[in-house]
Amino acid sequence: MAEQQHTTSTEHPAEGGHGGFPPFQSNTYASQLVWLAIAFVLLFVLMSKWALPRVGSAIENRQKRIDDDIAEAGKLKEQSDAAVAAYEKALADARANAQAIANETRDKQAAEAEARRKTLEDELNVKLTEAEKTIAATKQSAMSNVRGIAEDATRAIVERLIGKAPNDQAVTAAVADALKR
Amino acid sequence: MAADPIHQFRIVELFPIAHIGNTEIAFTNSAMFMFAAVIIITAFLIIGTAKKSLVPSRLQSAAELSYEFVATTVRSTAGHEGMKFFPFVFTLFMFVLTLNFIGLVPYTFTVTSHIIVTAALAIMVFLTVLLYGLYRHGFHFFNLFVPKGVPIAILPLIVFIEVLSFVSRPISHSVRLFANMLAGHITLQVFAGFIILMGTAMGAIGWIGGILPFGMIVILMALETLVAFLQAYVFAILTCIYLNDAIHPGH
Repeated sequence: MAEQQHTTSTEHPAEGGHGGFPPFQSNTYASQLVWLAIAFVLLFVLMSKWALPRVGSAIENRQKRIDDDIAEAGKLKEQSDAAVAAYEKALADARANAQAIANETRDKQAAEAEARRKTLEDELNVKLTEAEKTIAATKQSAMSNVRGIAEDATRAIVERLIGKAPNDQAVTAAVADALKR
Repeated sequence: MAADPIHQFRIVELFPIAHIGNTEIAFTNSAMFMFAAVIIITAFLIIGTAKKSLVPSRLQSAAELSYEFVATTVRSTAGHEGMKFFPFVFTLFMFVLTLNFIGLVPYTFTVTSHIIVTAALAIMVFLTVLLYGLYRHGFHFFNLFVPKGVPIAILPLIVFIEVLSFVSRPISHSVRLFANMLAGHITLQVFAGFIILMGTAMGAIGWIGGILPFGMIVILMALETLVAFLQAYVFAILTCIYLNDAIHPGH
């Protein structure tokens, strides 16, 4: 390398601005500028047309994928929320339904029981009145029998005491009078 | 000769290409490293995105990181509209960064340690800002030099200062990078020279004593790595700030 530099410095005898300090050697400026321009423009074109879109698209794809995944997750969450809501609604419906059925059954049974009780009561009432009627009739007949027996007994007692059959009318009146008391 | 600290900056002509008048155009070591940078950057990005996997490999991560890094820088300093200059800023940043890093490898040549290269890049940025500003805003672009709310009495002075600072931008822009790279490499070379000097002058004791400047070189190397990145970043972010002026003139 030292040799190369040696030959270089011999190839370039003191031209304009050929100082000792390399950055201020103006005879090297033209070469540096030309190659700088070529290299920079080349790099700029490579970057803006090729490399940067590639890197950018890689980043964008990832971002898009993340956004998509988040959106998908949101959609799934919505679905599960809807499912939960539907389930809860079904549960509430079933509960209400059960309640309604229970109420209905209870009402029906109460009504049936009431009806049965009523018919039974009616039947009992009918029996009661019949029984009362029978009792009244029996009592009536018994009473009329008592009158006849009492009249017969009275007639017989009076005939024994006085030896002569009493007047029927008087006996009947006397028995009625006694029964009244 | 080996201890000469500016020896490393010498432009070595590899083969001549053409003569234009008195000026010789030659393919030099500088040009070689420029193309090396072009190849390295392109290969880095293209090989990195060869698979375009959803979960990136290390190289793809690095390629995407460089992309996102520059994109964030452009977006935060020059706004969304500045993204049309993204390929330009990215090219500048990667070019300067790669050239700086190549220069850190021993026996290589640091292209960015030549003022003509940094000046050319800075003037390119300057002209881009000026031409785009004029194309985009016409004469209103010069509102850049007239801050709002300044009393009329001192306005001429302010405008003068603004114009001066605008015009001096390419100088500071280029000298900053050039001087940083130059100074760092000279310092490294000087310390390396100490080792040789002590070794040849004092023999075995000198070589052992050379551990001290060698340790210094190790530390400086770390510093220079930081500077190589930082100066590329500064170059890119200043470009963004200047472009922002072209996109949004007026303070």
